[in-house]
Amino acid sequence: MENVKRVDLIFGEYTQEKYKILEETMKKSNEQIITEMINSGLKGRGGAGFLTGMKWKFTAQEKEPTKYVVCNADEGEPGTFKDREILTKVPRKVFSGMAICGKAIGAKIGFMYLRGEYSYLVPDLMAELDIYHEHAKRFNLDFTIELRMGSGAYICGEESALFESIEGKRGEPRNKPPYPTVSGVFGKPTVINNVETFVNAVMIMKYGAEEFKKIGTTDSRGSKVFSISGDTPKAGIYELELGMTVAQFVEEFGDGDTKAVQVGGASGFCVPRKKFKDTIIGFEGVPTGGSMMIFNSSRSMYNVLHNYLDFFEEESCGQCTPCRVGCQQLLKGIQAVKKGEKPSSYLNQLLKLSENMKITAKCGLGQSVANSFSSIVDNFKEEMIY
Amino acid sequence: MAEKIKINIDGIALEIEKGTTILDAAKSVNVKIPSLCYHEDLCVAGNCRVCVVEVEGRKNLVASCAAPAEDGMVVKTTTPKVRSARTDIISLLVSEHNTQCTTCYRSTNCELQSLASEYNVDSERYLSVLKPNIKVDKSSYSIEKDDSKCVRCQRCVRTCAELQHVNAITVAHKGKDMKISTFMDLPMNDVVCVNCGQCVTHCPTGALTERRYYHEIWDAIGDPDKHVVINTAPSVRVALGEMLGFPVGTRVTGKMVTALKKIGFNSVLDTDFTADLTIIEEGHEFLDRVTRALKNGEKVALPMITSCSPGWVKFIEHMYPEHLDHLSTCKSPQQMFGALTKTFYAEKMGIDPSKIVSVAAMPCAAKKFEANRPEMKSSGYQDVDAGLTTREIGHMIKQSGLDFVNLPDSKFDSYMGESSGAAVIFGATGGVMEAALRTVYEVVTGREVPFKNLAITPVRGLEGIKEATIKLEKVLPAYSFLEGVEVKVAIAHGLKNARTIMDQIKDGKSPYHFIEIMACPGGCIGGGGQPIPTNDEIRKKRIAAIYAEDEGMPIRKSHEVPEIKKIYESYLIKPLGHKSHELLHTHYKKRNRY
Repeated sequence: MENVKRVDLIFGEYTQEKYKILEETMKKSNEQIITEMINSGLKGRGGAGFLTGMKWKFTAQEKEPTKYVVCNADEGEPGTFKDREILTKVPRKVFSGMAICGKAIGAKIGFMYLRGEYSYLVPDLMAELDIYHEHAKRFNLDFTIELRMGSGAYICGEESALFESIEGKRGEPRNKPPYPTVSGVFGKPTVINNVETFVNAVMIMKYGAEEFKKIGTTDSRGSKVFSISGDTPKAGIYELELGMTVAQFVEEFGDGDTKAVQVGGASGFCVPRKKFKDTIIGFEGVPTGGSMMIFNSSRSMYNVLHNYLDFFEEESCGQCTPCRVGCQQLLKGIQAVKKGEKPSSYLNQLLKLSENMKITAKCGLGQSVANSFSSIVDNFKEEMIY
Repeated sequence: MAEKIKINIDGIALEIEKGTTILDAAKSVNVKIPSLCYHEDLCVAGNCRVCVVEVEGRKNLVASCAAPAEDGMVVKTTTPKVRSARTDIISLLVSEHNTQCTTCYRSTNCELQSLASEYNVDSERYLSVLKPNIKVDKSSYSIEKDDSKCVRCQRCVRTCAELQHVNAITVAHKGKDMKISTFMDLPMNDVVCVNCGQCVTHCPTGALTERRYYHEIWDAIGDPDKHVVINTAPSVRVALGEMLGFPVGTRVTGKMVTALKKIGFNSVLDTDFTADLTIIEEGHEFLDRVTRALKNGEKVALPMITSCSPGWVKFIEHMYPEHLDHLSTCKSPQQMFGALTKTFYAEKMGIDPSKIVSVAAMPCAAKKFEANRPEMKSSGYQDVDAGLTTREIGHMIKQSGLDFVNLPDSKFDSYMGESSGAAVIFGATGGVMEAALRTVYEVVTGREVPFKNLAITPVRGLEGIKEATIKLEKVLPAYSFLEGVEVKVAIAHGLKNARTIMDQIKDGKSPYHFIEIMACPGGCIGGGGQPIPTNDEIRKKRIAAIYAEDEGMPIRKSHEVPEIKKIYESYLIKPLGHKSHELLHTHYKKRNRY
């Protein structure tokens, strides 16, 4: 079996000179930047995988003069901790990416929405922001970046809830359409990207779309920063080329007794051993924002699922019925089956419910909370019952 | 011209304006998509997900209330996929609901109940996730809040914020603990709530209801020692029929009087009598203020603002306490009635006022609080013992077993049963202003208002803020200082609009002399105590009924009512006189905002 390929794009050196890539990019036209981004095939690194270049293009096309760039640094998905590392090690790349986006779409203000628990990063980020603003001034870039703090709500990682939060309101997802490219924060056209996506943008500017495309697969270009945890001797942050199978991944990171891998966090999919070989990590298979949780045979998948549902029952914003009540029902349901209060066939009814949750919930979170339920119950039914 | 697009709903091809939601498009071709969190009066929430439909080419279902139709869209509203999802969603709502429907005040008038019944959901389908030990908040005189019946649609929250600018209730907590709560989760009585009851009329279930007092009234009626008097507000007679088998907009005045008499009220009187009295008092108060300002050059608070709407009164007490002097000191018709019932009426009838139980039938939730205001004891007793809503009256009539539809008509009793058309129109936004103008203009000029058939049309209608100017010409000698003066008036309904008016006053930029403000959209006919549902279509029909009632009255102006003339001759002596001040006027209280 082929080994997984390590990449050093995200954490690699910026340039010797401060904000050099940004300065060089300023020489390009907005059209050039956006075309380069589209050509690179870069997809958003938050997990949903929308084409970043298209997002920028749509926002650039809006006639409204005030536009915003938002960096989603709310990193709240259980098992994800890669943005923290990126913000600690290469904040310059993140700010450069935001600034490049700001220039390309015609925005003057960018917000970084930082996870509440990462407040300890603020002094360092502010110091780097001072440097950024100094350099931006030097090459006449009218784009300022402000920090906004989250307060610990998982839902505020959902883009429209994040906007509400920035606006000082209760963090609840909005109806879509309108999409952020038309009406985002403060009702203005907004590009919102994940921390890692902005870093990728900088690297695309540095090396060019063609070079970037050489890494990864047709559907999943580039590399990805993974947060690897669980039953592994090598827990930590790894930047890997996209396109590997779960089997390759487990070969490298498992402890030899891997039973299942939860890809994409609590709202992602659980891949059981029997499907390791056929499942590609990436947009053609199981997409991930970076969270990879490895479970070996000592783990009860019932407990794993119980833990996730406990989390969602608390962290749903509570506004829409399928997510608010659905999560409670899934949790109560597996408890009742385990205790024998409900027949095992009740799981089938809950699977049907989970399908309905996916197609009726208001936001991306609500549509994905049931993923872990359906993939764990489908693959580990006996563990749910006995 | 708005751009047109073509869509197809359940096989029906239609052309609609771009931007129309799928729900509205479907409605236009009589395809009914069930919904819950949607309400015509409010912004779109899209959070209950009951209205989901299938759009060809999309994996996920779409909430039709929130999704704009797009050109070429093919929509299906009742596929197996939609039915399965919808049934699941309704089942989920039922699973977190207190399903003791048999004892619920809103039973048979509950949107969740109808949905559950329409979709025949199995209550055993899911486990109950209803929180145990939810206590009903009965702290408020006006509103009861029972979270165990809340479906989290946030209609109340949107009502309180958007229509009323009060924000007494809002969303708190998240996930399974998400609920509709007050500031710091304080009891309803301890927060800035104006008791308007709009949250109640917008609530799809029994989570928000008016506090009911009719059980006590049944007891009083059954007590031979008590003399129970009821007066009924104009808006009740044009809406009560909706609960008792009549189409919206039917006037049921005569049947209502018969029913109340049959129920056993000792005397059934007309709040319109004190509405006319309000016009006399308030009209003269206005003239007095204007005289002092224009003739004597005194510093007087103008514009003067009406004070009939207790929701509005509490609103200004909380939000603009520094401008309370703009409020007319006149009590509302309900409170005037109460004070006179236990004084004038008691005297005339020779009844010991301590044995009188004074009841008001009102379209209003705030009247309950008003009745319990500590200052409302001019008669030496609590002037109004209970304010009942139109809905409570409807329930009493149902409980009485009367065949309401076939009841004969009766007339109001006396004393205080006579009134004018000017009093009837108090029920519609602009009505108090119109009634006042009919009298004030005539007092000043000696002539009728120069409008065909006395209908002052500029002050009518559902526009949020209405304005009118009336020029005073050829005035009577006593009012010569008003010759040529253009009286500017404004009318606002819904507290959102009241805030606009008040902000002008606060900024010293109000161009008006006299302003009518009603707390509820549409005025009293859209009050918080009216039959549910209430929406603009229904408001318009009730308003039409109000104006029809006015036109059918032999007397159209307050100052021409014989009984009003008599009460001044024999009892009150003169408007703004000593007795009036004692019984018919009040003072206000500065309240805080937290």
